[in-house]
Amino acid sequence: MSSADTTEEEAVPATDEAREQLLASITADLGEGVVGSHIRPGDDLWVRVDRDAWLDTARLLRTKLGFHYFSFISAIDWMPSPYGRSMDSRVDLVLEGVEAEEPQPIEQGVAGGDTRFQVFARVNNVVTNMGVTIKVDLPDDDLRVTTWVPVYPGANWHERECWEMFGIEFTGHPGLRHIYLPGAFEGNPMRKDYPLLARHVRPWPGIVDVEAMPGDDEVKS
Amino acid sequence: MTAISDQQQLSYIAAQAADARVNVEIESEGMTLNLGPQHPATHGTLRIVAKLDGEQVIKADPVMGYMHRGYEKLTEVRTYPQVTTLINRIDWLGSFANEVPFILAAEKLMEVEAPPRAQWIRTILFEMSRIANVVLFLGDMAVQVGAVTPVFFAFRDREHILNQMEAVTGGRFHPNFDRIGGLKDDLPAGWIDETHQVMKKMRRFCDEMENLVMGNEIFQARSRGIGVIPADVGLSYGLSGANIRASGVDYDLRRDNPCGMVHDQTDWKVWTHPDGDSFARFWVRLQEVRESTSIVDQLLRTMPSGPIMAKVPRIIKVPAGEAYVETENPLGAMGYYIVSKGDLVPFRVKIRSASFSNVSITPWLLQGVYVPDIITILGSLYFILGDIDR
Amino acid sequence: MMILSELAYWESTSLRVVGGLAAVLLMAGTLVYIHLFKLVSFMQSRLGPMETGPYGSLQLLAEVGKFLQKEDIFPRKADRFVFAAAPFVILMSTFLLVVVVPGGPDAWFIDSDLGIYLAMAVSSVSVIGILMAGWGSANKYSLMGGLRATGQLIAYELPLILAVVGVVIQAGTMNMQGIVLAQADGSIFGWSGIGNPFLLTQAVGFFVFMIAMQAELTQSPFDMPVAESELVTGYMTEYSGMRFLMFFIGEFATAGVFSAIAAVLFLGGWYVPGIDSASNAFNVIGPLVMLGKVVFLSFLVFWFRFTFPRFREDQLQKLAWKFLIPIALVNIVATGILKVAF
Repeated sequence: MSSADTTEEEAVPATDEAREQLLASITADLGEGVVGSHIRPGDDLWVRVDRDAWLDTARLLRTKLGFHYFSFISAIDWMPSPYGRSMDSRVDLVLEGVEAEEPQPIEQGVAGGDTRFQVFARVNNVVTNMGVTIKVDLPDDDLRVTTWVPVYPGANWHERECWEMFGIEFTGHPGLRHIYLPGAFEGNPMRKDYPLLARHVRPWPGIVDVEAMPGDDEVKS
Repeated sequence: MTAISDQQQLSYIAAQAADARVNVEIESEGMTLNLGPQHPATHGTLRIVAKLDGEQVIKADPVMGYMHRGYEKLTEVRTYPQVTTLINRIDWLGSFANEVPFILAAEKLMEVEAPPRAQWIRTILFEMSRIANVVLFLGDMAVQVGAVTPVFFAFRDREHILNQMEAVTGGRFHPNFDRIGGLKDDLPAGWIDETHQVMKKMRRFCDEMENLVMGNEIFQARSRGIGVIPADVGLSYGLSGANIRASGVDYDLRRDNPCGMVHDQTDWKVWTHPDGDSFARFWVRLQEVRESTSIVDQLLRTMPSGPIMAKVPRIIKVPAGEAYVETENPLGAMGYYIVSKGDLVPFRVKIRSASFSNVSITPWLLQGVYVPDIITILGSLYFILGDIDR
Repeated sequence: MMILSELAYWESTSLRVVGGLAAVLLMAGTLVYIHLFKLVSFMQSRLGPMETGPYGSLQLLAEVGKFLQKEDIFPRKADRFVFAAAPFVILMSTFLLVVVVPGGPDAWFIDSDLGIYLAMAVSSVSVIGILMAGWGSANKYSLMGGLRATGQLIAYELPLILAVVGVVIQAGTMNMQGIVLAQADGSIFGWSGIGNPFLLTQAVGFFVFMIAMQAELTQSPFDMPVAESELVTGYMTEYSGMRFLMFFIGEFATAGVFSAIAAVLFLGGWYVPGIDSASNAFNVIGPLVMLGKVVFLSFLVFWFRFTFPRFREDQLQKLAWKFLIPIALVNIVATGILKVAF
């Protein structure tokens, strides 16, 4: 793999520039549509776009910038889980003690964000081997975004999954119906406020069965 | 995109014509055939609802979820080391390969790098799980088109690989061996020589399959020109791995996006096939097993000595951030998008599994084909239900 | 057959029934054990049954016992009469076939001058059984399997019969014993060292016959109707217990009977070179020779079955109509010309 070897070593400083350039061309085309971005040099690019520019971004990426390869669409619920972390590891219990119950502030991740729900998608350019993650904020009272199916047909199933798991509606989607869950299922399991019942109905037997180590009492007192 | 070959274009047009013909000719009521969820050709519990006109498919719609285990939700309540146990079960035929992208993504966030020897062993095991997985495909594809014998050879020879995996990891199917910052253990004594022998056996198996299955005229008649995926369509559906390489797209993450593994230290070739049909997918996978054996052999020869674990804290807290790592798994590109908030548990893990995208093309691909070809196409797309349903 | 003709009708009939049962069941059992249990296992690098009896030889009895114990399930929407009758119809065609095959100079059930044509005629009865099974099961897979089987069996009946025509022209008789004797006493261009097995002079006919036979038996590569990886064994899907066992016996016994017919037509039946065909010894060694030839020919059938992938329906029809039938016709013409010329 001599050819890949050389390109790889030369590419590491160069890709950064390439990503900046890519970001510049996205910004140039979408203008106000781009509301945030983040570059990890030599590694990755995040672009946060306005909700109205979501479909245009896909068109731009596919037709002009050569991002033919569709990777996935999914969503993030940025609200910290109101049920704590429902952890089962003893380590965690010992370290953290009693878990905080009061709601914690919402913190968004890379490339920023304003709202609780964020839809993100990833597409790749198989020629330049660059990938880009596109994010879009959805207001809490209107969880809707345009579908990507006309541009990337592969988005179909990913959007169905996202719809049933997060309750995010993709307007213009050809058949928004359940994909994994039974048809009569209610609720959106991947939302943070949807309890993982297995953790609440029955405690993890691993915790119950652990006997107190000699000396544990002394530490606690 | 890369130019579409004439043959691809012709078969694409033919498929579209068949499509149009079906739509015009339908006057009868048709028959709805449920393939699955319990059906020998669906590798588990995929169900395909096919509307038929005679034996021709008018419309096919896969229904999945019979094996949905909700891994994305479950990862949110497990520490990083615990997650690998879960994700081992996604693609259960090449389990070790599932762990690698997750561990690499976590390592990227923690900014640690496994020592060279760990990277070497990781790559070797990664390739061996590919061999274990694809060897079974080679036998299984023959079963799908009606030859029952090759799959026994596949099971027989996969056993050698599993034995080697077991010798290192202690687990035949679910090793759970990869750790953030390295590996659990070093190789046992004598393993390298044995593995060289096993790789020889695998190459012999490939020759056997080439003679027994690929050279068979009935197999060729059944698979050539069946289920043609043009490169552009395949990419927009997110097809990856051998499925897209069989459509002539020269894209292999092992070469194009090396991350934490040492494929670039070896001399190997990315195989592509211009046809994009079922036969091409079989052909590409067969060549890939050969390449994998050669990669393993080369890595075994050049393996450095040294530690197998980098310095990582005993209790792993991953710094806040987001990272996406995609690797070339046996079934295609598999990636983990990890969102961390500096905690013991990941805040959100998006699992991009290869089969989910690979199978999402079936409604498009199955239009206008005949019932026997459904099986050929599904067999050649090669999905594993755990990888679709997660 | 002096004895048989002196017996009362009911005596000879019961002898024939017992003989027929023995021929069908023993043949099916032998083929299942030798080929399905052992030979195929060795091909697939496994041992096959080893625990029941020496080398698993009693496995067959265990299997039959298992099937007899199983519940006889009727699907709720099945056409009960048709569903229940189908296995009997299929098994009947096997029994009817077996009566024309001679096992030795004096070991036969009926000695009809129609012989081989009777065999060809009754062999198609099984199509009705398969169609009944496919329809009666009230299962879409079964229906598709049944329809596929019908199309296939009718398509391959033709090359099968046309391949036989060459033999009949050469032997000058349709009587099965006559065909055996024609091969035993014949000569190839004046050399009569091994008689004239039609395998040599009718090689093309043999080739066509074996392929068509494979298709008639719905064995791979022509197993579209049962196709376990797509139709989940087609018309047999809904059958269980005793009725499935009947299908199973029918499948293997028919394979044996067809092999026997092929052995008579092309390998000289119960005759082996070196012994005078009129010798009484053939009453003893004849059935054994016949069994040997049957095992060999059915070995070919099962060898192909477990080696090849299956054809698609259209490819299968193409093979019959565009390839086998023209070849068989040319063979008939050539045989006729040569018959007149010599």
